Amino acid sequence: MTNSAETLHTVALTVNDVPREGTCVARQNLADFLRHDLHLTGTHVGCEHGVCGACTVLVDGQAVRGCLMLAVQAKGRSVTTIEGLTRSDQELGVLQEAFSQHHALQCGFCTPGILMTLVEVLQDDPDPSEMALREALSGNLCRCTGYQNIIDAALAAAAALRQNQK
Amino acid sequence: MDPRFIGQSVRRQEDDSLLRGTGKFVDDLDPHGLTHAAFLRSPVAHGRIRSIDTSFAAQVPGVIAVLTLADLRPVLTSDRLPVQFKSDGLPPNIGPYILAKEEVVYVGETVALVIAESRAIAEDAVALIDLDIEELDPVTGCQQAVQPGAPKAALDRSNNIYAQFDMGYGDVDQTFADAAHRVSLALVQHRGGAHPIEGRGVLAHPDPMSGQMTVWSSTQQAHEARGFLIELLGLDETLLRVRTPEVGGGFGAKYLLYPEEVSVTAASLLLGRPIKWIEDRREHFLAAIQERDQFWDVEAACDASGKLVGIRGTMIHDGGAYVPQGVNLAYNAATAVPGPYDLPNYKLSVQAVATNKVPTIPVRGAGYPEGTFVMERVLDALADAAGLDRIEIRRRNLIPVSAMPFSTPLKSRSGSGITYDSGDFHAMYEQALKEIDLDGFADRKAKAAQAGLLRGIGVACGIKGTGRGPYESATVRIGKSGKVTVFTGAMPMGQGLKTALSQITAESLGVDPGDITVVCGDTNTISLGLGGFASRQTVVAGSSVSVAAKAVRDQALHIAAGLFEADVGDIELVDGMARVKGTEIQTSLKELAKIAGGSPGYSLPTGVTPGLEATEYFMPTGLTYGMGVHAVELEVDAETGAVTLQRYVVVNDCGRAINPKIVVGQIHGGVVHAIGNALFEFMGYDEQAQPTTTTLADYLMPTAPEIPRIDVHLAEYPSPLNPLGVKGVGEAGCLPTAGAIVSAIENALGAKNNMIQRIPVMPQDLFQFIQQGKQSSAA
Repeated sequence: MTNSAETLHTVALTVNDVPREGTCVARQNLADFLRHDLHLTGTHVGCEHGVCGACTVLVDGQAVRGCLMLAVQAKGRSVTTIEGLTRSDQELGVLQEAFSQHHALQCGFCTPGILMTLVEVLQDDPDPSEMALREALSGNLCRCTGYQNIIDAALAAAAALRQNQK
Repeated sequence: MDPRFIGQSVRRQEDDSLLRGTGKFVDDLDPHGLTHAAFLRSPVAHGRIRSIDTSFAAQVPGVIAVLTLADLRPVLTSDRLPVQFKSDGLPPNIGPYILAKEEVVYVGETVALVIAESRAIAEDAVALIDLDIEELDPVTGCQQAVQPGAPKAALDRSNNIYAQFDMGYGDVDQTFADAAHRVSLALVQHRGGAHPIEGRGVLAHPDPMSGQMTVWSSTQQAHEARGFLIELLGLDETLLRVRTPEVGGGFGAKYLLYPEEVSVTAASLLLGRPIKWIEDRREHFLAAIQERDQFWDVEAACDASGKLVGIRGTMIHDGGAYVPQGVNLAYNAATAVPGPYDLPNYKLSVQAVATNKVPTIPVRGAGYPEGTFVMERVLDALADAAGLDRIEIRRRNLIPVSAMPFSTPLKSRSGSGITYDSGDFHAMYEQALKEIDLDGFADRKAKAAQAGLLRGIGVACGIKGTGRGPYESATVRIGKSGKVTVFTGAMPMGQGLKTALSQITAESLGVDPGDITVVCGDTNTISLGLGGFASRQTVVAGSSVSVAAKAVRDQALHIAAGLFEADVGDIELVDGMARVKGTEIQTSLKELAKIAGGSPGYSLPTGVTPGLEATEYFMPTGLTYGMGVHAVELEVDAETGAVTLQRYVVVNDCGRAINPKIVVGQIHGGVVHAIGNALFEFMGYDEQAQPTTTTLADYLMPTAPEIPRIDVHLAEYPSPLNPLGVKGVGEAGCLPTAGAIVSAIENALGAKNNMIQRIPVMPQDLFQFIQQGKQSSAA
């Protein structure tokens, strides 16, 4: 899938707790590598210039724009994508369930990036305010929902997760 | 029958796969042998093509083909796309070219395409195509387009006018002469692009086994796309199937067949390989439709009590470089001016004109936001002129419930009359004022002033025609598996339509909505369909599904009654079973479907017709109108011109809500889209009509911190025009937004006389107004 003139690089990394390996050219970004080489198409690409946030994944636990990171930079790192949030035979996780309960997604295209952003936010701050959540999501565009139900779902998920900790 | 599922906020059946990342969008499809397309696009707004040299591009390793219009011609029946809505009286030579022929007329127009083993290689090769263009003067704005001596946007047309028409009724000039108060306004309205987070995309996939071409497209209109594709490619319905995977939002941009879909499919026919093209964001800025610019010059008059007597004026609409769909956007805007108010006299002269910019067709709202904004600005100006409170003047002009149904003298673009079918506008208006706590506003304003902030309140109303016909298709079927399936030409783009249609079906058939499969966007499963536009799908497709599901219910009851030797009226459908009420005598829908399916060579039971299924094409007799009231409170920072929205109340009539949570979600989305139009979103072009805002860092869409909580209250005035009583809400949230916000900003600044006549309202504009205000008060 590459121009034969370009050098191929082997990228070995951990994705969703599973060791994976793929080859790509140096200019391949992480989002495209995940989607097209590792066939994890749950990560979406909305702008390719780092504004919309749809391609957000976790790299070593931190939210990263998959379109602004090269795949070769992910060598040896641990990447989590939306497919890693819940195994296919499991019930939805607390945050995902809250999204459905609160109607926090419509077309669902931006949703993977928003979920991954929120995973990090809720890890860092288990009891965020509404405004803190709005600020934390300022790098994720959604054209469908107007954000309110996303905020409500995140607040509800945070409360449920705190309850689970007790 | 008591409603069991209609009116409930049942869980969306769309959610699970989307939340797991397993929902499939068009770029997720990866058939064997897939190749990728990239387009060479015009770098200039207007020019004559001297030559296109593809020889270097063709030599790039991994490139399969570099194609121009001449290369596609063997499989095309036409060089140009047709105007896709029925439009009488338009001039010739206005349809987009599938690839440019001799002239390019906007930046981003498709000129050639490269097919390669990867998208990256295809883009590399595009850069190596040598395109020699003689630049021509562009038409950079729609006001310029009609100036004497203006360049022509396209050389094969006689002028820049696509359409001009007068709209209105009454004797506006006569009434102006006697009016107590008159105002005039020059309003500049800009609405940008649609910007679904998933751009457009298409995958043409030829199947050598069946000989059928399947076109997977991220579209709002599978059947319409098929219709135009078979026409342009000289195929028939058996040879071309259009399917849609998950569609990541549309907002109008995907209710059109574009040159990209035609050329990719044509290339796939030529090469015999699957080809995928995925629009990137820059391409969405350059080549997906927008709404862009309208210039309104209007005068308005009212009597001494503030009652409207008339509005007259002109409007120029920027149609862009081609007319791919029609001039419905300008038409809708003109018909939307009266809105929910009693306007006795009206006259507007409209020109839809050509510019050398990407074509315009409706984005969410479809011209209604523009017409609504005009009326709301007029009411503010008249209130100021008459010394009336801005909130009071609206109260005095709203159409009273006693006048319902209210027929305006206007006609919708289908030719049917515009009649507001139901609703108590005054009750909704008062509710909005109560919900925003108008009485407490003065205190909040005083408190804000202590913090150095200027607080203002604004209220606006709008009304949208929804549920356009002529029909939508639905088949409801219980198969021999016992599974209930709905097939429809309606097209979801994220609304939750499948869930709503499953609820409507479940209501009649007594099965859980989550157990019903709804198949949309597949032209092989139902022959006709019109798809997703004009806030129509729950109204029209929902009605078709409702009627079809009731027919299937009747069939099931009839078979069960025969089986149990009971009266039809004694049978109920519950939990997937047909049961004699109050007994244990029952059988499953699966068994009934088997009976209706028959057995080879044996007669069906007496009175039983083959199959448990029914197809319906509900045909609405007119549009159904849902009114909305928006009340907003905001604060302006006088030092910076920054506007902070503090409170936002919506009261919106949705007729009967099928799934209230989904309805409210639709309104949230519409409001926020229109907040973008009011305050942020601006598609810029320079003096050569070169786009200057082609990233989401330059073109600002609303993000979470700018958006206040939106407090939505549903008013449910059932429509008499469809069996469900529903009204569409997909676009409703967009209408009064800008009017309410602009009014509130002026209220905050203590400004009168419609200082703000341009949207979006930029902070730099506000800063200037504030400075001017300081100077004039100092003088």
